[in-house]
Amino acid sequence: MSAQFLQFLLAGLTIGAIYALVALGFSIIYNASHVINFAQGEFVMIGGMATVSFVGLGWPLPLAIGAAVAGAALVGLALEKFAVEPARGASVVSLIIITIGASILLRGLASILWGKNIHAVPAFSGDVPISLGSATLVPQSLWVMGVTLVIVLLLSWFFGRTLLGKALLATSHNRLAAQLAGINVRQVLLVSFGLSAALGAVAGILVAPITFTSWDVGVMLGLKGFAAAILGGLGSGPGAVLGGLLLGVIEAMGAGYLSSAYKDVIAFVVILAVLFFLPSGLSGRRSTERV
Amino acid sequence: MSGTNVASRMRGLAVLAGVAALLPLVLVNNYYYEVAILVGLNAIVCVGLNLLIGYAGQISLGHAGFFGLGAYGSAVLTARYGWPPLAAMAAATFAVAALAFVIGRPILRLRGHYLAMATLGLGIIISIVVATEDRITGGPDGMAVPPLSAFGLTLAGERSWYWVIAAVLVLSVWLALNLIESPRGRALRALHGSEIAAEVAGIDSAREKLRVFVVSAIYAAIAGSLMAHYAGFITPAKVTFFHSIELVTMVVFGGMASTFGAVVGAAVLTTLPQALTVLKEYEMAVFGAVMMLTMVFMPRGLVPTLSSALNGRRR
Repeated sequence: MSAQFLQFLLAGLTIGAIYALVALGFSIIYNASHVINFAQGEFVMIGGMATVSFVGLGWPLPLAIGAAVAGAALVGLALEKFAVEPARGASVVSLIIITIGASILLRGLASILWGKNIHAVPAFSGDVPISLGSATLVPQSLWVMGVTLVIVLLLSWFFGRTLLGKALLATSHNRLAAQLAGINVRQVLLVSFGLSAALGAVAGILVAPITFTSWDVGVMLGLKGFAAAILGGLGSGPGAVLGGLLLGVIEAMGAGYLSSAYKDVIAFVVILAVLFFLPSGLSGRRSTERV
Repeated sequence: MSGTNVASRMRGLAVLAGVAALLPLVLVNNYYYEVAILVGLNAIVCVGLNLLIGYAGQISLGHAGFFGLGAYGSAVLTARYGWPPLAAMAAATFAVAALAFVIGRPILRLRGHYLAMATLGLGIIISIVVATEDRITGGPDGMAVPPLSAFGLTLAGERSWYWVIAAVLVLSVWLALNLIESPRGRALRALHGSEIAAEVAGIDSAREKLRVFVVSAIYAAIAGSLMAHYAGFITPAKVTFFHSIELVTMVVFGGMASTFGAVVGAAVLTTLPQALTVLKEYEMAVFGAVMMLTMVFMPRGLVPTLSSALNGRRR
């Protein structure tokens, strides 16, 4: 394995882990409500920007991070309570427009509250690069991949072992049946938005020391997260992780070997090609329409 | 039944033409004309997009790509190769239709959010290519476009442009209304309800979807081409993902499956940001809030909600 290849691979896995976290957020909300939450990227932005603010107040980094994640989760709960829940029964496209409206609102508020400058979050454990054979790695990359791994393990425990997680899964399979079995579907919906928002915020905080953060970072990261979720197969947890990592690696390889201006084009061409052959993503089930 | 449909259709068209004819009475200066022209151009795209989204039930998050290719096609052919504007417009529109035909075949097999992703990807690919190939398109700085001229006449000035755009809009609406009431339109509504049921009833749903996809791309390309010649300048801003989202929002906001809803949606969402500029830094937040609240309280969109409220009162 050449040094260059290893370097690109590490860069791709780092950004891919971020995409995976955002994609998981998309999938969780989609499972619980069949809504594609286009405001998902804004949670990423809120996570990063709130951390910058709290650190600016002189808070220690771990406290600032905790507060930022909690803040984003509250915004997620509010979004469900005040925008998605009252619109119950609206068509899928109307719900998409509602979440796009919410993302514009949040971005507008962020630009008022935090201004339009670019900010940096301090790296969690210094900036001294680690050499890995012939490639180098910033310590923050290890944080990104490590925290993502821990979150994926936590999530699989949550969905497989806890009552609330199982209730979420049951609701995603059949909302009415879940309700009949005594599951509080409204609570499940709230939890799914809060959880997704927290995941998004964690992604935003993890990546902020590497790529910086500003009021509008949510747009592109949200889009990539959606692309990753689709690539892996919407609603599938392992699919979201796989889709995110793949998207990150494709981008990094495309930028490194072909053209950095066209790295996003390369990524989207690959996604289109995958969808042509696997219309429900890499791990998507074939579903049939009910007449 | 169909008699009353024809009557109400013609009444709607007459109202639209009447509004377009009387609007100049309140357009007191060139800036107002500019906004009105912008509304008209967006409305043309939305009327086409509504055929796809509202009637056939297929989402597209990439129509700014078709709009942009129409605009850049016209711009490049006239400015770089010296083509006459009308020929450039026709060639650009034809190229966009061909692209939509080729790409539509595999893309339209996808459903729901997967189709949204594929069209979004297509739009983003087009926008990145336009912004990157700066030797042809001028890159992010954009490029100048010669004015629209034919038979020795040059179209210039906001007022003349207003009438041209108004005429094209009325024509687009008329064509769309006819399409909707034709067997083709009924086929589209059938496959919106259920593709399998439509196929059982003998509708080739793949072909119908492809056809309406191409038609909506043509609407977008023509509007883009007109926009390039009107503005005399084009930048990649009109080709972005945001613009695609804006267009879909206009359709849904006005009311899906309502041709006049698409026009109203384009009018409201094009003028709203202009009106909101007085709010300065609060503009964006208020715009988002208005969009969100309207859809929360009127999930079917402005025109269907208001018209059923009016009808309810009349009865």
